[in-house]
Amino acid sequence: MSTSSMIMMLLGCGAVWGGAVITIIIALAADKKNELQKDNNNVISH
Amino acid sequence: MRENWQSRKGFIFAAVGAAVGLGNLWRFPFQAYKNGGGAFLLPYFVALITCAIPLMIMEYAYGRKIRGGSVKAFSDLKKKYEVLGWVQVMIPIIVMMYYCAIISVSLIFMLYSLGHAFGIVNWLSNPGPIMGMVAGSAQNALDFGAGISFYILIAVIFVWIANWIIVKKGISGGIEKISNIFTPMLMVLMIIFMINAVRLNGASIGLEALFKPDFSKILNPSIWVSAYAQVFFSTTLAVGVMIAYGSYLHEKADVVNSSFITVLGNASFDLIAGILVFSTLGYLVNTMGVEFTAFGTGAGVAFIAFPIAISTMSSNVVVQGLLGFLFFFCLFIAGLTSSISMLESFATAAFDKFNISREKLISIISVVGFVGSACFASYAGFNYILDIVDAYVGNIVIAGCGLIEVILISYIYGTEELRQEANKYSDFKVGKWWDYLLKYVTPLLLGAVVVTNLFNLITGLSKQDTTGIISNIVFGWGTVLIMIGASVLFYKRKGTTNTYQQ
Repeated sequence: MSTSSMIMMLLGCGAVWGGAVITIIIALAADKKNELQKDNNNVISH
Repeated sequence: MRENWQSRKGFIFAAVGAAVGLGNLWRFPFQAYKNGGGAFLLPYFVALITCAIPLMIMEYAYGRKIRGGSVKAFSDLKKKYEVLGWVQVMIPIIVMMYYCAIISVSLIFMLYSLGHAFGIVNWLSNPGPIMGMVAGSAQNALDFGAGISFYILIAVIFVWIANWIIVKKGISGGIEKISNIFTPMLMVLMIIFMINAVRLNGASIGLEALFKPDFSKILNPSIWVSAYAQVFFSTTLAVGVMIAYGSYLHEKADVVNSSFITVLGNASFDLIAGILVFSTLGYLVNTMGVEFTAFGTGAGVAFIAFPIAISTMSSNVVVQGLLGFLFFFCLFIAGLTSSISMLESFATAAFDKFNISREKLISIISVVGFVGSACFASYAGFNYILDIVDAYVGNIVIAGCGLIEVILISYIYGTEELRQEANKYSDFKVGKWWDYLLKYVTPLLLGAVVVTNLFNLITGLSKQDTTGIISNIVFGWGTVLIMIGASVLFYKRKGTTNTYQQ
């Protein structure tokens, strides 16, 4: 495989797959934060 | 009370499942190949950023805001625009008719894979004859005497029964449950098959063809049009699906990040499928000495390359057959999750206007849809009419509806208010750039896609023989006219639900 094809493959796949992974991580972190906040609210109300 | 998605995960899987379908598996690889390999990727990424992501955010946010499908979305802007909403939800009904005929091939291959595992028929390493037997052949689109594929006809009955069972159970009971299981399963299987395919002898020949940048083609407008068309159609935008799915979002649900995940998840499938198909074709080029184009440029590529890819995973026939069964089962589910989203798009719109039970409505659409799919089970239908209808509905009507939708929502509802709605509970927020994209960049680019496609179809017609011209007028423009006529009829009928009257 030529170097230019290799670079194009790495850039293309990296951008799309990397972007997908990063957005999923952000979503998981936000969900975790919301869960913690919910638990804290429950503790305070009890 | 309106249903909501039970979890964010369920919504994402359903939305990605709706976007991921057979189109990703065969359309992306050859679009990239035909349009300069690696050079196609640049316009493709630009299209993801300037068209797919902004429109996805717009459809989710607007769907959640109005709590309704396309018909309500357009009639809320202005009553007379309701007819445009009906045209939009007619698209999935027409697409489903031929889409189900293609899904049925996965179902047939599932059974043949079991036959392979049990030693009844050895076909995975040479799927050509089986594909020929299932799809048959015809002289042209008007060759009705060529016959009908009973394989596809019987399989289509099962596909429509599956659609009917899942959609009548509703959003959380049917669509969400099935997407939670099968969307990640398909992803995992595709990754495994892709890793195996890149290890094959000759895979690099295929990858070279897919990724080699040909920058001499990058200034060619047709490459940009193809890239926008690919991104636009493969994400199931502008057919009412994502507005309907957005309408079932909880009022405090994230919109922006979910849109990014849906679009990038769908694009990831595009790339995985591209690598899988081209590595396998590279292997075939290496071992058989055939050209890439020997397999054609349509759905046939997926149905010929995939069985061969599976047969290379193990020398054991039982393992090959079971892997084949699992793969075609997932392919069948990928098609099914897309088709149920299309059925839901029309159903959501109809519930907003008419007081009808879900079961009754889904049953009526399923019967009508099955009759339509049966027409595509004919040899002429599967081999010719399918391509004509897809070219007219897919290339002109969908892009046209997308263009009208983005202009009306951006300029009448307003991007500022919609951006605030989208940002309200999102993991991260979109800035003013989103307003500019929706108001100026996306309409301009979509307008160029519509005009170019229309121009190509009309000029292409003059190059055809009499049969070709008649076929295009009858099945292409005829389908478009039927869609518009049916939309006007639904628009004129008086609404019977409280929601609509409000």
